[in-house]
Amino acid sequence: MSDKKYMVQEFVAVESATLLEYMKDIKAEGYRLAQICAMKKEGDIELIYSFDKDHLMKNIRVIVPENQEIESISDIYWYAFIYENEMHDLFGVKFRHLALDYGGNFFKVSEPTPWNPKE
Amino acid sequence: MGKRTIIPFGPQHPVLPEPVHLDLVIEDERVVEAIPSIGYIHRGLEKLVEKKEYTEMVYVIERICGICSFGHGWGYCAAVEGAMDIKVPERAEYLRTIWHELGRMHSHLLWLGLLADGFGFESLFMHCWRIRETVLDIFEETTGGRVIFSVCKVGGLRKDVDAKTLEKMSGLLNGIKKELQELTDVFLEDRSVKNRLCGVGVLSKEEAEELGAVGPMARASGVAQDMRMAGHGKYLELGFEPVVETDGDCYARCKVRLREVFQSIDLINKAIDEIPEGDIAVPVKGNVDGEFITRMEQPRGEAIYYAKGQGTKFLERMRVRTPTNANIPAMVKTLQGCDLADVPMLVLTIDPCISCTER
Repeated sequence: MSDKKYMVQEFVAVESATLLEYMKDIKAEGYRLAQICAMKKEGDIELIYSFDKDHLMKNIRVIVPENQEIESISDIYWYAFIYENEMHDLFGVKFRHLALDYGGNFFKVSEPTPWNPKE
Repeated sequence: MGKRTIIPFGPQHPVLPEPVHLDLVIEDERVVEAIPSIGYIHRGLEKLVEKKEYTEMVYVIERICGICSFGHGWGYCAAVEGAMDIKVPERAEYLRTIWHELGRMHSHLLWLGLLADGFGFESLFMHCWRIRETVLDIFEETTGGRVIFSVCKVGGLRKDVDAKTLEKMSGLLNGIKKELQELTDVFLEDRSVKNRLCGVGVLSKEEAEELGAVGPMARASGVAQDMRMAGHGKYLELGFEPVVETDGDCYARCKVRLREVFQSIDLINKAIDEIPEGDIAVPVKGNVDGEFITRMEQPRGEAIYYAKGQGTKFLERMRVRTPTNANIPAMVKTLQGCDLADVPMLVLTIDPCISCTER
């Protein structure tokens, strides 16, 4: 493999129903959760979960309808609560079974869910 | 079980240059739980991609942080260059590496000063910041700015540095090296400093991995993780190897940063010896249509940059995950069980940057 590991762009699509199983497997393989990013997509929210192992990155893409709850992965990666609370406060993504739920008070924003404003 | 009390720490506190709040649940003088909350200075900079063209957005991204601003600019440009399949000229890669390491030096020297101030060693604090001024002078001479530089652009750089200036830079850095050695002896050998740092806030290697710690926080616990190994810039060609310590306490985190300043000087000197002549930028045409995710090793650790285009001059999404975000869970863990009096030291040793975290 080239030394330019940052050039490797691996994106895998995963169904939200099988997300937890996938997370358990990827953790067992020794991957570290690096970040979770949300993006608005015409009535849906796209989530990108990024993982790192030996300076190589792997990204999981999950698409969920805007008002549908999604299972938190904080039971598997405890520190995911940081990203999940951020996505909740900025995008309005609802997570079930969040290990540390700030109830919308993680970010002190002047309007609710500024990245996904309600009409 | 003793009586439990909640002590609020921050958002305004003498050791915190920026606002973060911790609810410290204490039993007698011992912390049993720490609950962080942030969001006091959230600026929503990522959302500005909807209003700023992708070539202009680099100015916004640089303003995420007043300390690692060059690294943020480079990270953003690297993500857009990746999405547009742009190859940056060799000379620009060398200069980016040099400026990024100067940024690391100035960040670590600033932190060393804050740490010394935190444990009440005022003269040590002043010497660290005095040395740091020389680094800022180098920035001013080579870029025109001391905090925000605006030399990085998509496709390369805006400014070149001539051979004479590079030679002068090398001389100044060798002077810093000599002065820093004297300060290193104080940081690592002085009894009162060791009393405040040794054995305090221990994070084991297993815990650092389990909690997703990054940067000097992880490397001080024996995790050899450094995104300069991922192939950006000229690090691999310069023979870069991560600085790792194994004790995982505040002293080890201080030692990692001190060693990294010396390492940065060596990397810059080597880059100055090897830098080729040539262009510093390539023309950039068209708009971003793909996506790219990349990482930089900022002074505080791994920063992630995700850029997604939509075929127009505006990006659809720009995401930055900064190192302090990743280190908050590890900080919370190390606070559990520590003495209340050690909380400021512990919070300082993750080198929190709240303006990065809030973006």
